[in-house]
Amino acid sequence: MRSAATPGLGARVTASLGRRACEVTRNVQAGGYRIFSALDRDGPEPAAGQFYMLATEAGWSAEEGRPYLARAFSVADCEPGPEGVRLDFLVHAVGPATRRLCALGEGERLWLHGPLGRPFAPPAELAPVTAGAILVGGGIGIAPLALWRRRLAGAGIPSRVLLGFRDSERSGGLDLFRCSEIKLASEDGHRGHHGHVTDLLEVMLEGDDAGSAAVYACGPPAMLEAVRLLCREHGVACELALEAPMACGFGACFGCAVPLAGGGYMRLCVDGPVVGGEEIETALVPGGGGH
Amino acid sequence: MSVRLCGIELAHPVLNGSGTFDAIAARRAFGDELLAQFPFSAFVSKTITPEPRAGNPPPRLWETPSGLINSIGLPNRGLESFLESDLPQLAELGVPLIVSVMGTSHAEFARLVTGVAAREEVSALELNVSCPNVESGLIVGESPGETCSLLEAVRPLTPKPLIVKLTPNVSPAPVAVAAAEGGADAVSLINTLRATATDPGGGRPWLGGGRGGLSGAAVRPIALLQVREVAAAVTVPVIGMGGVSTGAHAGDLIEAGATAVAVGTESFRDPMAGRRVASELERELRRLSSV
Ligand SMILES: Cc1cc2nc3c(=O)[nH]c(=O)nc-3n(C[C@H](O)[C@H](O)[C@H](O)COP(=O)(O)OP(=O)(O)OC[C@H]3O[C@@H](n4cnc5c(N)ncnc54)[C@H](O)[C@@H]3O)c2cc1C
Ligand SMILES: Cc1cc2nc3c(=O)[nH]c(=O)nc-3n(C[C@H](O)[C@H](O)[C@H](O)COP(=O)(O)O)c2cc1C
Ligand code: FES
Repeated sequence: MRSAATPGLGARVTASLGRRACEVTRNVQAGGYRIFSALDRDGPEPAAGQFYMLATEAGWSAEEGRPYLARAFSVADCEPGPEGVRLDFLVHAVGPATRRLCALGEGERLWLHGPLGRPFAPPAELAPVTAGAILVGGGIGIAPLALWRRRLAGAGIPSRVLLGFRDSERSGGLDLFRCSEIKLASEDGHRGHHGHVTDLLEVMLEGDDAGSAAVYACGPPAMLEAVRLLCREHGVACELALEAPMACGFGACFGCAVPLAGGGYMRLCVDGPVVGGEEIETALVPGGGGH
Repeated sequence: MSVRLCGIELAHPVLNGSGTFDAIAARRAFGDELLAQFPFSAFVSKTITPEPRAGNPPPRLWETPSGLINSIGLPNRGLESFLESDLPQLAELGVPLIVSVMGTSHAEFARLVTGVAAREEVSALELNVSCPNVESGLIVGESPGETCSLLEAVRPLTPKPLIVKLTPNVSPAPVAVAAAEGGADAVSLINTLRATATDPGGGRPWLGGGRGGLSGAAVRPIALLQVREVAAAVTVPVIGMGGVSTGAHAGDLIEAGATAVAVGTESFRDPMAGRRVASELERELRRLSSV
């Protein structure tokens, strides 16, 4: 029997129609990243793994005509309140759009449409005998896992969190997890295990309870591909939150193609961004970012 | 603000550009509210080919200053599957349907036109002629002779309106004249401008398809001139498009001679752009008629 907290866990949430202008209520430094919040007065509470297309109301197209299109961002945390849903985003400045978002001022307005795409599915839907979840995040890819950890905890499902960062510049946002038991890895050794986060996963999967967990991962393509192969090797179910260049986020442009295991392509914005490890040919999506 | 286009009554003059809005995917993302407030007065399908196509390898998108290069490669389910599963769903939109088709020979075009026109859900057909004719090696839409002979081949197959989509990659007025001589009921323009981009990580082409087509705000001045030239050269109605993102832009195209306008890339940024442009246009036209 499902507990009172579980109904809807992992259910895809339909977006409110069209884009809406939302007020930015906060923008703070989080290590090498920024966390900003927007108040969505007319939208639903998103599911973990879903994303929004964002653009600033003013000053988009400021840097020599870019950014022009909206950009995709995972929701890292959210909180319903009397005035609407507060949406938190974790952003890493890598180009004109993310630089503009990192510079958002309080009270500025943001265009957004969403929540979009396929969210994470509960462990029981991935494998019948799973006892819990292992969350593997790399760099800015920790964002959707933070919300997923909270949702799993709310449903009484235990999760273990493994996060990896390249260096201190490219790290931050740990507070979003609102939990203390996080195993860390860093490639430069500035904190936690000196090496890749997938080293930690490998150790965990080699443990006794390997078959009883479902793995959820988000991060750079090379990390996701390593997770996918490790899980396959150990017979563990996994879901990966991928990135691809997106122009629209709602299936209109066919730009976000990701190669399917059986040939052909999926549109990542509608058939993902969360995909089963067995559905795709590779997590090394051409043009799929990774920073 | 209703208009008649080739005998089809439209509630307002704003359509979508083929391939820039997938109404079935959008309904999945936004729910049935989309039908209640459908942004366009008629729906133009993505281009359908006789057989299924997977589309081009990714990456498929590149953002330029105020523009977008796409190299999508016409992924579609093919004629049979379109007629069987997509068309009944599109009929639920409650607006006239215009189906875009592309073949690589007269025989392929004939099969498409016959199959699509036979369906009562379909109000008109748009011929995408931006492809080579395998028999002559010429891109149909770049040659007045090829365009006229294609129209002569398919015109007798249906009494339904045939719209020819013109390419901006050659001077379109002579091709428009040839299309009208061959029996086209309307022309639409502009399709995308051939363009390419270099991988920032090396000198190779960025797009998986090597090259693509430019659309969006960046092409607006070109569209305006070409619509004006074509409207001056033919008596059949003209559907104008290219970089329309506001009612003022739509008004410019109508003033240049267009009967209706289409919104493409702007829908990626604002899923309800069609509706917004239509209401802005209404104000614009009222203002123009009062001066
Ligand atoms: C579903 C999803 C969720 C995401 N969630 C987050 C998140 O939570 N936080 C976060 O920080 N990021 C997230 N991203 C990534 C984010 O969308 C990108 O970092 C952002 O789009 C970059 O935009 P930019 O203008 O700053 O950089 P760009 O200049 O667009 O550069 C980003 C990358 O795109 C390529 N590129 C460079 N120039 C161009 C160009 N002209 N046209 C096309 N591609 C180009 C390069 O590979 C480059 O590394 C997510 C992406 C997806 C698809
Ligand atoms: C992603 C994308 C896909 C497109 N696919 C098609 C297509 O399948 N058939 C077609 O005739 N035109 C296609 N077009 C062209 C548009 O219909 C339109 O002619 C062009 O984009 C110019 O309008 P815009 O600047 O408003 O986008 C496509 C354009 C884009 C951006
Ligand atoms: S981003 Fe446009 S179809 Fe996926």
